[in-house]
Amino acid sequence: MSLLPNIIFAIIFFSGLGFFARNIRKLRRNIYLGKDVDTSGDTKLRWTNMAKIALGQGKMTRRPISGFLHIVVYLGFVIINIEVLEIVIDGFLGTHRIFSNIGPIYGVLIGTFEVLAFLVFISVVIFWFRRNTVNIKRFMSSELNGWPKLDGNLILYFEIVLMALFIIMNATDVEFQSSNNGNIISQFFAPIFEGFNVNLIERIAWWMHIVGIIIFLNYLYYSKHLHILLAFPNTYFGSVKPKGFLNNIESITNEVKLMMDPEADPYASDSTDTLAPDKFGASDVLDLNWVQLLNAYTCTECGRCTSECPANQTGKKLSPRKIMMDTRDRLVEVGNNIDSNNGEFKLDGIQLLGDYITNEEIWACTSCNACVEACPISIDPLSIILEMRRYLVMEQSAAPMELNNMMSNIENNGAPWPYSQMDRLNWKN
Amino acid sequence: MGDVLKVPTMAEFKAAGKQPEILFWVGCAGSFDDRARKITKAFVRLLNKAKVDFAVLGTEESCTGDPAKRSGNEFLFQMQAVTNIEVLSTYDVKKIVTACPHCFNTLKNEYPSLGGNYKVMHHTQFLKSLLDEGRLTIEGGKFKGKRITFHDPCFLGRANDVYEAPRDLIKKLDVELVEMKNCRKKGLCCGAGGAQMFKDAEVGQKEINIERTEQAMEVKPEIIAAGCPFCNTMMTDGVKNKAEGQIEVMDVAELIANASDL
Ligand code: SF4
Ligand code: SF4
Repeated sequence: MSLLPNIIFAIIFFSGLGFFARNIRKLRRNIYLGKDVDTSGDTKLRWTNMAKIALGQGKMTRRPISGFLHIVVYLGFVIINIEVLEIVIDGFLGTHRIFSNIGPIYGVLIGTFEVLAFLVFISVVIFWFRRNTVNIKRFMSSELNGWPKLDGNLILYFEIVLMALFIIMNATDVEFQSSNNGNIISQFFAPIFEGFNVNLIERIAWWMHIVGIIIFLNYLYYSKHLHILLAFPNTYFGSVKPKGFLNNIESITNEVKLMMDPEADPYASDSTDTLAPDKFGASDVLDLNWVQLLNAYTCTECGRCTSECPANQTGKKLSPRKIMMDTRDRLVEVGNNIDSNNGEFKLDGIQLLGDYITNEEIWACTSCNACVEACPISIDPLSIILEMRRYLVMEQSAAPMELNNMMSNIENNGAPWPYSQMDRLNWKN
Repeated sequence: MGDVLKVPTMAEFKAAGKQPEILFWVGCAGSFDDRARKITKAFVRLLNKAKVDFAVLGTEESCTGDPAKRSGNEFLFQMQAVTNIEVLSTYDVKKIVTACPHCFNTLKNEYPSLGGNYKVMHHTQFLKSLLDEGRLTIEGGKFKGKRITFHDPCFLGRANDVYEAPRDLIKKLDVELVEMKNCRKKGLCCGAGGAQMFKDAEVGQKEINIERTEQAMEVKPEIIAAGCPFCNTMMTDGVKNKAEGQIEVMDVAELIANASDL
């Protein structure tokens, strides 16, 4: 028996994993380009969130149709992957269905996989029709033009092909078919291949299936499909505070306290994060914190946020999904810049704010949290919008004129309107 | 109704060496906006009726800083916050009730890390607690049988997960409470939050308050109940535009106070 297939398999397998690991390291590095943020504490709540929202798909069914289909694909994907274990062992050892001698349970397992593969296949086909032929508004927005739209479809094609190969591989496995144990779905497809060289077809399907899986794995890094991995850390690190909470910038607290109390010791606190930052707010991805950057990589571009956004619903340019997609695109650009400049970021004259996201989008937000609530995987577009407002106001003094008036009123007379603080109790008369 | 409202200030309490049960944080809208002042008065009438020992800061109150913070002006926000916290400390305030969800959110969530720790309640939560303790009774009165829909304020609902207190109060009025297609967690914003109240909206096809008013009209209410002075303004404008004279916009506190002709 020749060892060649085993060697080829090992080469494909390890180079696939190696390439994947390399990209994951890059991903990690890019995410940690973000500023530090305190995510300590509430460990139990965080695990619960992850279990409920990512593992349990808790928020998906708020849209019943897509939610149900998604759960089918998700469960199918996870469970069928148990079969990959056998495929990999067979690949290395040159065995064939190494687990088949564990008895009837093997049939139960493969039978389950076959049924799931069939259901996944159907669901994915429905997904394709929803995306491409039914006019669902959140899939029609201009921010999906080009790569995002193609990406969405490519994922579906990958899944269709992988599921089909799995069934074909079983249908053409003469031994497996004749054992009649677990071929619940594939038995109906077996007759199609009668008269052909089934052994050859089986081998081709087997190889294409495993190579396809390895390619798909490596595709993740370039795709919105990354959410299948990142949804887990993202739901863990997602905010555990009430949604209305917006952080107080610590360095400003120090300054304000000094202003209010000249006696205070400016050196009382020596922790570095209380020193004035070089910039207030965010104009580029490096000004955001790493959880916000993780959010950007995790976004699956489903558009549930945008379809709930009051500004977007009434025709404004703001789209919280676009905020996340822009952040990711810019972060990828910064990462590539670093890669091609020996590990250092070379100024490229481009910013997230201005070159990707316009001020008009930033000012249209009502901070209503509908996007945050709608996101099935705990992404917070609002926090990025507010960081950019901070930059526009505190670094650029670029607020709309009416807001400047409102703020000077607060400064002068403690109310957003020009009424004297001395008149505050006049209402009772 | 003509008699003068009893509205003691914290300064008066302090002078008498006493501490009120709650501080009523009136807020800028509640103090200055003509429409919102009516809500303030209605709530005070309820407090008086329930014999709640309350006080206001009066001329010592200042904007919580919410619109500044949500515009991105963290400096101004923190100046406001630290100033307010100082005033609140001199009176040793422990419990604050406010009829404005923006004040509520800011005092409750953003003041603690600046040194301001209080038990903060929205007026609907507080009224509910008075009801539960038997200190306040609610009857349908003139609203009995009316069709009412409740508009969730973003800063009360999604921001702080308070959905039931206002609804529980409304149900006590023997009315028919109907829900809009977007309610509770999915409630649609009135368009005022994030300092939008103080500026024109960006270019689009529609104003947000009109969209929300249309959603309300779909369920054919006689009254839109609100729990926020800004939502109230936005919805009142929307109704003026779309259903003038057919729908009234009222705060939950006004509903309860007016029901029994307080
Ligand atoms: S918080 Fe801003 S971006 Fe998010 S849904 Fe509301 S208006 Fe849209
Ligand atoms: S932020 Fe969340 S809701 Fe919005 S597109 Fe991304 S994954 Fe979907």
